[in-house]
Amino acid sequence: MEKKWTAVIEPSNNLMDLKLKEVWRYKDLIWLFVQRDFKTRYKQTLLGPLWFIVQPLFTTIVQTFVFGNLAGLPTDGVPQFLFYMAGNVPWLYFSTCLTSTSNTFVGNAGVFGKVYFPRLTTPIATVISSVLNFLIQFVMFLGFTIYFMLRGSAVHITWVAALTPLLILEMAMLGMGFGIIVSSLTTKYRDLQVLVGFGVSLWMYATPIIYAASSLSPKMYTAIMLNPMSPIVELMRYGWLGSGTTPWVFWGLSWIVTFIVLFLGIIMFNKVEKTFMDTV
Amino acid sequence: MEEKDIAIQISGLKKRYRLGVIGGGTLQGDIQSWWARKRGKEDPNSVVGSKQHQKNATFMALDGIDLTVEKGQRLGIIGHNGAGKSTLLKLLSRVTAPTEGKICIDGRISSMLEVGTGFNGELTGRENIYLNGAILGMTKAEVDAKMDQIIAFSECGQFIDTPVKRYSSGMYVKLAFSVAAHLDSEILIMDEVLAVGDVAFQKKCLNKMSEVSQSEGRTILYVSHNMSTIRQLCEKCIVMSHGKIIYSGDVEEAINIYLQAESIESPYIEYKNFPEMNRLKNPKVKIESARFIDKDDILFDRNSDKLPIEINWENREDIQDMSLRVEILKFDRTPIAASIYPDFYSGKKGEKGSIKFMLEMPNLVTGKYTTNFTFFHKLSNGSHVNIEVVHGLYFNIVQGPEPIDWQSRYFGNILLPELEVID
Repeated sequence: MEKKWTAVIEPSNNLMDLKLKEVWRYKDLIWLFVQRDFKTRYKQTLLGPLWFIVQPLFTTIVQTFVFGNLAGLPTDGVPQFLFYMAGNVPWLYFSTCLTSTSNTFVGNAGVFGKVYFPRLTTPIATVISSVLNFLIQFVMFLGFTIYFMLRGSAVHITWVAALTPLLILEMAMLGMGFGIIVSSLTTKYRDLQVLVGFGVSLWMYATPIIYAASSLSPKMYTAIMLNPMSPIVELMRYGWLGSGTTPWVFWGLSWIVTFIVLFLGIIMFNKVEKTFMDTV
Repeated sequence: MEEKDIAIQISGLKKRYRLGVIGGGTLQGDIQSWWARKRGKEDPNSVVGSKQHQKNATFMALDGIDLTVEKGQRLGIIGHNGAGKSTLLKLLSRVTAPTEGKICIDGRISSMLEVGTGFNGELTGRENIYLNGAILGMTKAEVDAKMDQIIAFSECGQFIDTPVKRYSSGMYVKLAFSVAAHLDSEILIMDEVLAVGDVAFQKKCLNKMSEVSQSEGRTILYVSHNMSTIRQLCEKCIVMSHGKIIYSGDVEEAINIYLQAESIESPYIEYKNFPEMNRLKNPKVKIESARFIDKDDILFDRNSDKLPIEINWENREDIQDMSLRVEILKFDRTPIAASIYPDFYSGKKGEKGSIKFMLEMPNLVTGKYTTNFTFFHKLSNGSHVNIEVVHGLYFNIVQGPEPIDWQSRYFGNILLPELEVID
């Protein structure tokens, strides 16, 4: 009878084996990483969690001034301040997920070089702990929305708002998918890291954040909506402000892209994790 | 041996590393290299003159390892730096993957290649126990069950809710070791981590390791350069050299082989052939060779002989008032005695020098010995700076019967003259 081994270590594994079961076995570790991130983040800081409000708030104020007042871009009849903030808050979550997971291998080389645990736990924990920042920012956004509603602005919450958890999940998956692809490549090519910051800021302009998708020509609208982040931002805005469009077909498409990116990301990540200590 | 009693089975394990710089480091560099090769031109990123060499420059850190470890066995792994010990442990703990071969493991493995992996200074001792435990593969429930034991063992109970960045380095290490010592895994891999903490704690750790191995049947793989801890902990030992296992079996025998592997049974040493015998990286003076004058073996008689030695060297820099120290050591490199010859040499860069001398032997008892040759500068305050240190010639004392069966452990290595009785 063949002996049953707990683990067999060989030069290469089956590529299609995503090893998600193993990640699940280490779920306690994921939670501990999240707790660690949360507990250590605000130690010895002046403003603590308030820092996470500062960034989207000031971005929004600047955008309101530059794009709203100076350039006079239309905002679907919604107060400009709310319009920009509704785009900034989800975008910030997505870009945080992408940039912070893109550093997984290089940033954790010290720990990874000494002990084995499923490496995928690290980016997953990062994405989860970033949700907390997002929630803080989202509460701020809701506060402003309610304030503007009370002041009688043309803002109303629609049933689409109920999809928010799904939208968050998709952003997390998409951001992590791209992030771990980059992190797999950066073990060898460090300069890709520079490209990430630059790429993300360009990507923002291909997403309807500072302009309304409804103001685009039909051709441009299609092109912009092919960007998987566009339907997410658009639906978010429709849900909470009741303005803009509901690109359901494009949203379906963006889910397909999300799954493909994440799947590819995990395959690349698993392939690199086996030997990255030799090249990092 | 029944198959079910096997904890680890390694077959044909190899690990290859590429020498030199891996890739250009940047995407641009790699594309440049690729484009140059494509056009049949010289790679702009390769080292000048090493075009062909670069391609095949690989290094086998492990070169065909076969090893079977039984359950509950405490296996010591010894070998010189670069023998492949750490690479083997890295492969076993899945930090990196092998190039060839296969490792089959029955049971959970926890590796301690370093103590306190993943410790976060901002977190308290207790929080770090959870985090470190989880990194090492325990669930939260398992850590909970062992929490009190871990805290008690670490001797840090008083500070357990203080951030570990406020800990002393000793406490830090104690806490980290305690977590690992209480893991539930069946196989424990340790890379010389016991070389930390105070003596009492080291002893406590070793005892703990032996205890868990015996009472819970855990398998332990332990790498160390400290032979006494190997003796205490291990029941079987392998010796590695240049990526291969050269001996597997009895601990004492293994230690002997390990020590011998370095010895040169020759009255003449050409140092360029034995780079591992040089102890300094960039010496100002480079010892090139050493020999016993007019001798073709290394056997000496205690009663009659002095050691006639010649040392040759080359000056790498201008040298002023260099002194020589010759140390006599036991085979396991425990120092016994030394002779000093002060301020005997000055010379210009590039010149070669040599010295012939007779080394007086203390009344060494029968056995194997070795020497160290050290060039140094005396400083005005009485201390000194070494400028070249090499492992010197080996020699055996073969004659000179001791009055009784000599037990070096208790008597030492020098037979003093018979007592001079007064009245």
